[in-house]
Amino acid sequence: MARNVAFDLNNPLMEAGLESPIDEEGVHDSFSQLIAEQSQNGGASDSDTFELQELQRQLDEEERDNVAFLSDPGREFQGRRQRDAEWEDADTQADPLIGERWSSATLKILSSMPSRTIGRNRGAIISQYYNRTMQLRRRRQSRPAIRDFSRSARPSIRGYGIETDSADAEVSKRDRLVNNLQNLSVSDRIRMLRAMPLNVSEKSELRSLALQKEKRTLSRRIPCCSQLKYYIINGARQGWYSWLSFLHSLHLWQVPLKRVSGRFGSGVLSYFLFLKTLLFFNVFLFLVTGAFMVLPQALHPPESFVGRPYFTGLELLTGAGYFSDTVMYYGYYCNYTLRKSCRDDGGVHNVSLSNGTMPDCVSKHLSYNMPLAYFFTIGVSSFLTCIILVYSMSKSFGQSFRIDKSHSILAIKTFCSWDFKVIKKSSVKLMSENICTQFKELLAEVSHKQVKNTRCQRLWRLMVHGLAWAICVASTTACVLAIFYCSSHMHQNLQLFLSSRVPVTNPLLNEASLLALPVLVSLINLLLPGLFNLAAWMEDYESPSVRTYVSIGRNLMLKVSVLGVLCYHWLGRVAADPMTIGLKCWETFVGQELYRFLLMDFIFTILDTLFGEFLWRLFSEKVLKRRRKPVFDIARNVLELIYGQTLAWLGVLFTPVLPAVQILKLLLLFYIKMSSVMMNCQAPRKPYRVSQMTTVFITLLCFPSFLGASVCVTYTMWSITPSSSCGPFRELKTMFQAGKRWVEELEKDNPNLSVLARAHSYLVENPFFLFVGAGIFLIVIYFHSQVVDGQRKIIGLLQEQIENEGDDKKFLITRLQTIHEQKRTPTRRLASQNSNC
Amino acid sequence: MGTTASQLGKDMLSEYQELTFLTKQEILLAHKRFTELLTKDEKDLPNNRVPMERILTLPELKSNPFRKRICNVFSTSEYKDGGLTFEDFLDLLSAFSDSATLEIKSHYAFRIFDFDDDGTLDCGDLEKLVNCLTGETDDTRLTPEEMRQLINNILEESDIDKDGTVNLSEFQHVISRSPDFVSSFKIVL
Repeated sequence: MARNVAFDLNNPLMEAGLESPIDEEGVHDSFSQLIAEQSQNGGASDSDTFELQELQRQLDEEERDNVAFLSDPGREFQGRRQRDAEWEDADTQADPLIGERWSSATLKILSSMPSRTIGRNRGAIISQYYNRTMQLRRRRQSRPAIRDFSRSARPSIRGYGIETDSADAEVSKRDRLVNNLQNLSVSDRIRMLRAMPLNVSEKSELRSLALQKEKRTLSRRIPCCSQLKYYIINGARQGWYSWLSFLHSLHLWQVPLKRVSGRFGSGVLSYFLFLKTLLFFNVFLFLVTGAFMVLPQALHPPESFVGRPYFTGLELLTGAGYFSDTVMYYGYYCNYTLRKSCRDDGGVHNVSLSNGTMPDCVSKHLSYNMPLAYFFTIGVSSFLTCIILVYSMSKSFGQSFRIDKSHSILAIKTFCSWDFKVIKKSSVKLMSENICTQFKELLAEVSHKQVKNTRCQRLWRLMVHGLAWAICVASTTACVLAIFYCSSHMHQNLQLFLSSRVPVTNPLLNEASLLALPVLVSLINLLLPGLFNLAAWMEDYESPSVRTYVSIGRNLMLKVSVLGVLCYHWLGRVAADPMTIGLKCWETFVGQELYRFLLMDFIFTILDTLFGEFLWRLFSEKVLKRRRKPVFDIARNVLELIYGQTLAWLGVLFTPVLPAVQILKLLLLFYIKMSSVMMNCQAPRKPYRVSQMTTVFITLLCFPSFLGASVCVTYTMWSITPSSSCGPFRELKTMFQAGKRWVEELEKDNPNLSVLARAHSYLVENPFFLFVGAGIFLIVIYFHSQVVDGQRKIIGLLQEQIENEGDDKKFLITRLQTIHEQKRTPTRRLASQNSNC
Repeated sequence: MGTTASQLGKDMLSEYQELTFLTKQEILLAHKRFTELLTKDEKDLPNNRVPMERILTLPELKSNPFRKRICNVFSTSEYKDGGLTFEDFLDLLSAFSDSATLEIKSHYAFRIFDFDDDGTLDCGDLEKLVNCLTGETDDTRLTPEEMRQLINNILEESDIDKDGTVNLSEFQHVISRSPDFVSSFKIVL
């Protein structure tokens, strides 16, 4: 059959009488090969065979070459072609492929070209995956076990005698695919089968065929130990599946998240997903600190010296008073080794001092060095958090940023803008309206590109931007100064209060005054973004992404400087001389402050939700009579989450249970925000680049937030003297010395471990290794950027290559068309030749 | 849940798990939702095909402008009527699931957008696609002039070999540059 076509196409070539026979022969040989291959690849299914026979007849009989004779798709195809041609005529662009009307034979061949069949033809898909499995097998060939396999079952049709010798190309292709699948390892096969765009019934057929053959080979020639291995692998796979199902059943908030995405699409959903990510970070942190710090300490409470103040209720807000001397804060933790009793008298736990009161049982029984545990738990948990953050950041970067930077905005908009998750009818309508306006805007932009602004206009714009930035910077500075003076004023107040020794008139009022600073900061955090939004409205940015980035930048500036001032206040002022304000344990004080800030942030977020979203909606509906609801500001809300998380990370050292507070806060926030969004907001009108923004936010979470917090914590551990009368590190110069002391002790006990001590002193205390590490990091980054550069060049070259191939294709098709024309209208042969040459 | 699990059979369940991107829970949920679509007497028969009209009553598909195309692409019916069997339904959910690869998603997206099933996106397909996106009402529809300009621009941007149509590889090339596609090409039951 394939031969037939090739022959028929060669025939007219002979009689065509072309000017350089050798060249043209070559061209047509390759083309007929292409067709032959094609008919083998995909054309063997019944309908395609029929099509080709039809083609044959058309080639032979010119009179019957009319539209009615064609099968349906072909007819549509031609109709569309004609319309395309009309369009192209109207648009002066003369593309050789589009501008002409093709004969039906050419159309047939066009429609059965490999690049077009792959999208719809089963045979083409199978053959594509056959090639892929081949590649995979070749790659894995080096493994001896598989080589064994593949030699016994080489990809030939005759390799296994069950099939009757059928000429059907698809069947043989399929057999070969099955054969290949069978020779892949189990996980590879599953991955391959899953990724095939065939329907389930076909895939299950392929799978059962592959399994059948495998079983036969297994029973024939595999010894029992391999069979055992096979069963073990099978069992492991089952276990893995059930584990995956278990993980899936843990998926939090699936139904509410689906509701949000069904109504607002991916943009708003990304806020809630980010919240979920933060929740997981905090759960992890809480599990680690809870298991290694809070739980051991709670099981071995130190003797309490003073009676606790009774509970008043204000503690929930301030975190002081009743809570001060509990497991919540740093000050409660002891600085000795917790030991299980040496006498096994029914599991009574004794707490003994580490200074060797019972030397005979130290080595035999469980001991728990609290300072060391504190030090390492904080260190290891922040290290793990860092790794997870950097990993997710790099993954997100990989997904959202492409090397290839060519512009295809309209195509991407057309192909990728529909959000299939949106299921609410009004939201669907809104989305199509938005897409329509976006199309119109983009088209307007394309058609009159860059309307040149006059110099005056540009100057005006520059002035407006300058003014807006000046307002923002000035207000930020003012706020930061206000916080600075407020905190120093409060500090002085405390000092005065201590020196004048006024008897405590109202302890509750005193405690409540501690809330002033957190309230001020949260108020600033709430109000200034509004001012920034006003400034942005004044500036009137054209591009929504620039607008978002500017707003993120301003908010970030505010939050970083506020946190900087606060850190200075805590670590520079309070920690420097805690005795002047009568603090026995400044770490506990700082922990309480952080607790207060976290809580106030939460309360103000709720107030913002209430006033900014709920009441504003009521106001705009009832008073302004507008039908529009407020739009959920994703960027600002995510930045608030990041701010809260920074506080939580800062506070872990001082308040080990702060992650638990943060978990509670996030849980409540999820439900509050969810109901507020559902009730008060409408889907955003502006396009929102989800993955890019997610990348930006994860980067922000990693870079200023986590890095800043860990720098502060490291600074505290490294160079600030811990308070001398409380906490696990009392009597030490810095917290960092806990590790050093432990290493020294180890060395004393066991001289063989002196290597460890030396390694410790070299690695940790010597800055040289830090520099080496940083250097290696920079080199890796440099290499990566070089690789990316190279890939960009290769992409350019490949694109050129593809364009050349496209030219070739066009050339071949025009040639085919000419030949067909010549065959069909012998009388017009001369004319067409003239036009062609 | 127990009855559906027994109806589906453990072997089938693990086989479906192996062949699709769905987890056990998702398959069970899909089975439940699918059996809800069946009428009383159909429930007893094996290998039922639910007609397209009834599939489209699912809230997940009801207001989607591509709903008919989705049914047609995933249907294995020989009458080309868009009816789905349970396996076709699983196929649909698998392609739209969270863990499906970009490649399989873009393959099915291409077939959904290829309205005439000829294996390539030409001007007619693109026109229909844009109409689906902007909605069918008159005020959101693009004018013919705008449409022509839009389609020319799309072809200029994505038709690498300049043959006047967008084929699968070119389509996947465009898709691979839009990181948001994977997150938006999703349907969750």
